[in-house]
Amino acid sequence: MKFLDEYRDAGLARKIAGEIHRITTMPWAIMEVCGGQTHAIVKFGIDELLPRQITLIHGPGCPVCVTPLEIIDKALEIASLPNVIFTSFGDMLRVPGSAADLLSIKARGHDVRIVYSPLDAVRIAVQNPGKEIVFFGVGFETTAPATALAVFRAAQLGLTNFSMLISHVLVPPAIEALMSSPNCRVQAFLAAGHVCTVMGFEEYFPLARKYHVPIVVTGFEPLDILQGILMTVTQLESGRAEVENQYTRAVRRDGNQHARDLIGKIFRIVPRRWRGMGEIPRSGLGLSDAYAAFDAEKKFDLAERPVEEPKECIAGTILQGLKKPCDCPAFGTLCTPEHPLGATMVSSEGACAAYYRYRHIVAAEPVNSK
Amino acid sequence: MSGDDPLERMGRVNFGGIIKEASLAFVPDAKIGDYVIVHVGFALSTLDEEEARKVFDYLDRMEDLAELKEASP
Repeated sequence: MKFLDEYRDAGLARKIAGEIHRITTMPWAIMEVCGGQTHAIVKFGIDELLPRQITLIHGPGCPVCVTPLEIIDKALEIASLPNVIFTSFGDMLRVPGSAADLLSIKARGHDVRIVYSPLDAVRIAVQNPGKEIVFFGVGFETTAPATALAVFRAAQLGLTNFSMLISHVLVPPAIEALMSSPNCRVQAFLAAGHVCTVMGFEEYFPLARKYHVPIVVTGFEPLDILQGILMTVTQLESGRAEVENQYTRAVRRDGNQHARDLIGKIFRIVPRRWRGMGEIPRSGLGLSDAYAAFDAEKKFDLAERPVEEPKECIAGTILQGLKKPCDCPAFGTLCTPEHPLGATMVSSEGACAAYYRYRHIVAAEPVNSK
Repeated sequence: MSGDDPLERMGRVNFGGIIKEASLAFVPDAKIGDYVIVHVGFALSTLDEEEARKVFDYLDRMEDLAELKEASP
């Protein structure tokens, strides 16, 4: 297929890998931010093509994985209400909350529906005027334009039976939080290519300067990732710390102005808790006052309940790149995609799911089941 | 493609043989035949063919350089 197969050519991949070997003289730790990039790396064995001095650290770029437990529990509470049709992207359905997940709520007979696009949820609201339709708005900046347009359309249509439970997160504040942590070993970043199709990459210049880290906007195919790594190592080896764009065929410096305009109209920047990382200031998007009527957290009277993560789950340290999935005693034993303990094993962008699917590693010391 | 209001413009996108409708609200300049990046039913960016070829031009140049190095005494 055009613009896809060429970027998976094994011969070309080995050529770029060879060049990386040639120029690497020192150990370097590079974080790929996006879960989609993590999956490509693990699936295509890109880390195995690299010289051993290069460590790839998997970042928190999995919106499903970082959705805070409190919001999952609120989703479960709303979905359990009578007369509600709860709509969501598919991979949120099996993310474990404190006591259940959306799929088990659905199994109990509640109306929980998977949608491909937020516009589908608006359509369901139009078709079911007697019901309350709630959409679970999870995602990074890549998804924000879609949820923004859905809210905009709902407002245009004058819908009163539609609301969103929003948990949008932003990448640059997460990079800032990671770099400020004393444990951080990351020396360079591969920025998330599709986030940057929307936002552009202006925001990364101050980060590159402040922390002296190269930041290379990178795509998702094997050749993209390898070229992104080559550009990053070239900078690291020469002591440079600049922002570069590998994914030039899809990303422009200003991003997508139409999308950014709509995001600015519908949303405002809010503090957000990231599952496993705690609260990061100004790291999320919430509905602006003009669209507050579509905010499910305001519409439904939800109790603030204490949350409890399973004690064996180390997803938080994995999302911060401090540990790898195979370091987890529960990996592949207590925790599998069929019965996940944490979001990183559920999500199509989660590091644990990637390792489980493509690496067949089991923890050395399995935890005994209770 | 359909729709007069730019925010309501939809197009049929071919995902390697599977045809789905996607919103073109954010790519008002997209034309039939363009390649687009689609996420949750929305086209976010059109692919720049000129840029798309560059990684291969770069690889060709790398190969030329490598041959030059081998050829020189």
